[in-house]
Amino acid sequence: MAEAGAGLLSRLARSAGAFGFRHGVHPPDSKGLTAHLPIRRMPYPDEVVLPLRQHAGKPARLAVRVGDHVERGDTIATADGFVSSPVHASASGTVADIDWWPHPDGSMATAVRIRVERYSAQVARPRLVPDWHGLSRDEVVRAVQDAGVVGLGGAAFPTHVKLAPPKDATVDTIIVNGAECEPYLTTDHRIMVEYAERVHFGVRIMMHALGVRRAIIGVERNKPDAIAALARALPPDLDVTVLPLTVKYPQGAEKMLIKSVLDREVPSGKLPASVGVVVQNVGSVATLAEVFETGLPLVERIVTVSGHGVRRPANLIVPVGTKTRDLLAFCGGRTEDAAEVLFGGPMMGVAQRDLDAPVLKGTTGVVVLTHDEVRDRRAFPCIHCGRCLDACPMFLNPSLLGDLAKAEQYEEMDAEHLGDCMLCGSCSYVCPSNIPLAQLFQASKTALRRRKAAGP
Amino acid sequence: MTRDSSRPLVVAASPHLRGRDSVPTIMWNVVGSLLPIVAAAAWFFGPSALLVVGASVAGAVGTERLFGRGGTIADGSAAITGILLGLTLPAGMPLWMVVLGGAFAIGFGKLIFGGLGYNIFNPALLGRAFLQAAFPVAITTWPAPAPHWWSLRGDNFALPLMRAGVPDVVTAATPLGRMKFEHQGTPLLDLALGTTNGSLGETAGLLILLCGGYLALRGYLNWRIPASILATVALLAGALHLADPARYGSAPFMLFSGGLMLGAVFMATDMVTAPVTNAGRWIFGAGVGALVIVIRVWGGLAEGVMYAILLMNALVPFVNRATQPRAFGTATAAAARVKGAP
Repeated sequence: MAEAGAGLLSRLARSAGAFGFRHGVHPPDSKGLTAHLPIRRMPYPDEVVLPLRQHAGKPARLAVRVGDHVERGDTIATADGFVSSPVHASASGTVADIDWWPHPDGSMATAVRIRVERYSAQVARPRLVPDWHGLSRDEVVRAVQDAGVVGLGGAAFPTHVKLAPPKDATVDTIIVNGAECEPYLTTDHRIMVEYAERVHFGVRIMMHALGVRRAIIGVERNKPDAIAALARALPPDLDVTVLPLTVKYPQGAEKMLIKSVLDREVPSGKLPASVGVVVQNVGSVATLAEVFETGLPLVERIVTVSGHGVRRPANLIVPVGTKTRDLLAFCGGRTEDAAEVLFGGPMMGVAQRDLDAPVLKGTTGVVVLTHDEVRDRRAFPCIHCGRCLDACPMFLNPSLLGDLAKAEQYEEMDAEHLGDCMLCGSCSYVCPSNIPLAQLFQASKTALRRRKAAGP
Repeated sequence: MTRDSSRPLVVAASPHLRGRDSVPTIMWNVVGSLLPIVAAAAWFFGPSALLVVGASVAGAVGTERLFGRGGTIADGSAAITGILLGLTLPAGMPLWMVVLGGAFAIGFGKLIFGGLGYNIFNPALLGRAFLQAAFPVAITTWPAPAPHWWSLRGDNFALPLMRAGVPDVVTAATPLGRMKFEHQGTPLLDLALGTTNGSLGETAGLLILLCGGYLALRGYLNWRIPASILATVALLAGALHLADPARYGSAPFMLFSGGLMLGAVFMATDMVTAPVTNAGRWIFGAGVGALVIVIRVWGGLAEGVMYAILLMNALVPFVNRATQPRAFGTATAAAARVKGAP
């Protein structure tokens, strides 16, 4: 009965123009720090560091040696198989060394360090990416892979793989993800405001590559200027719509977005293609257009540098591989009470322990939180208030999962759909007992993987 | 730059932001919203009310301090147990019994299970059940209104093992007792305002609703549980009243008499001992409501809220299990499995 009621409610809400999913949380969005700031270009740093692993899938294969001279846009590592992506030099210069380097995920990873040529004009070789006109679908997919385009929304899934869905799936809709529900981040917001035409051009390329006739750009209602800019630039010959969405975290999560936009539910363990959808982040769509426009592979990206712990918040175009240290220095450095430097937003972002870690293709922003914001809070036992159940967008029972995690009953957690948890952190956010639920679930996922790999 | 690198970075797991509510915020808000009810009790029952609630809190908090893990008094939950227990007792109760009840509530109702969050039964109600078993006469001695506000409503300062029986306390029946044993009603306005006889905190129904409403608005109390309890009681009582108006009280009478309001709003909603799912909360409430009617109408007692809630507390694990939310994207998978089965 509750389910039928919910279905009716969601239909009523949709007919009233409220496109959203159920559950979720409302953290303060803190986007006012940078939402109004135009995108600026950061000068080239003295050196850039390019890890070979900056996308989902197999790491790229090294293609340069120490001492080599590279021009901006040259391939320094090639894709290793289909679910992989090449890495390109983001600045002209000399390969200074190839060694382990701090990776933003907290590990060490093989990276190419390029000493940037001081007086180079940083003009790339002419057209490394072919002209789009007249390319077949397969040629587009090939060109997108060669250009090193990956998802810029955080997960860095190779874009060309999404453009070649499994043959048995029929995709009828492309959803462009302009939700940007993470607090502080305004990268996608500024892209939609300043590069609306480019977004639509990217949509056009995707529609061509996928042979899909319908595209919907979902944008949270708190970005009216972005919605207006996209609506103004709508191409007259394509079926593209801009859909304002309810403001709620995690609106930008793939499954939530599909639910909000089309009222379709992606089955547990399946990909969006199983319900006829391909989702692409709006920044990635713009980049897709950019590589074909300029002929230059993915060598730079737009990041938001924000938070009350950084002196001059900004939206910046930076070369991929720019060290966090250089980026923060350009933004006036950290304030006295700065405490935590995050890659990504405060809900799912990764805390950095080494400011030498470079900006990757998938780095949406760098947020510096202050001591007041990250103050350690006392944890209490679970009082079964049930707030996490009302927050979980995947309709799991985090309270139960948390108890199971503490008891290390990972198989039971598996049966309680731990696999569907996307670590959005909504449960931890609302928990009045300050139980680190998301952290427990991440550790449990790892432990479960190990147990499964070890075999019965 | 050099200064940048000299300062240590905080490295924590995501999410890096937390909501503003914490366990102490919730608990102290509940304490705060119980205070008007304590004040009303003092207005109706004189200084005896404050003595009883004070003794109950002292017993509960003292036990938490003595046997609890360090620093657990600050979370406010022991204070809630103490106040709630005190509000379920008659004004004339000897204080040593009340202290004992508070100690039992925390010691055997909560700490023995592992402290906050681990208990199965509502501690305050367990404390009251203990007192009812141990001192059946004292807990059902309802003093009649006293001539002066300041006069004690019973022998609050009686000592253990002394013959208590104080002859000069005039007693009077509660509305539920009058209905059950004498088939006499009580004016509804008196019930709603609280100018009737009974335990300290159960008389002022409207005030309890008001305080509960505040907590529900702030999100510190789940409204589904009281709504479900009150709706079930109203429905069943209404039906019975229609069948035999002389024998059974009307729905409003049933709602506003006895400890139902206090129990439905403040005890059944105890997060630790209530279901975590919304569907479970409706079921839990309906169960409490039905049991209240069963005990009141067919049981040997005039009042049944305490046992109704305690019985449903015991069923909470099953209710939780039976009402697990359907994980996103699993209905279709289940359907596919069924389809795929031979």
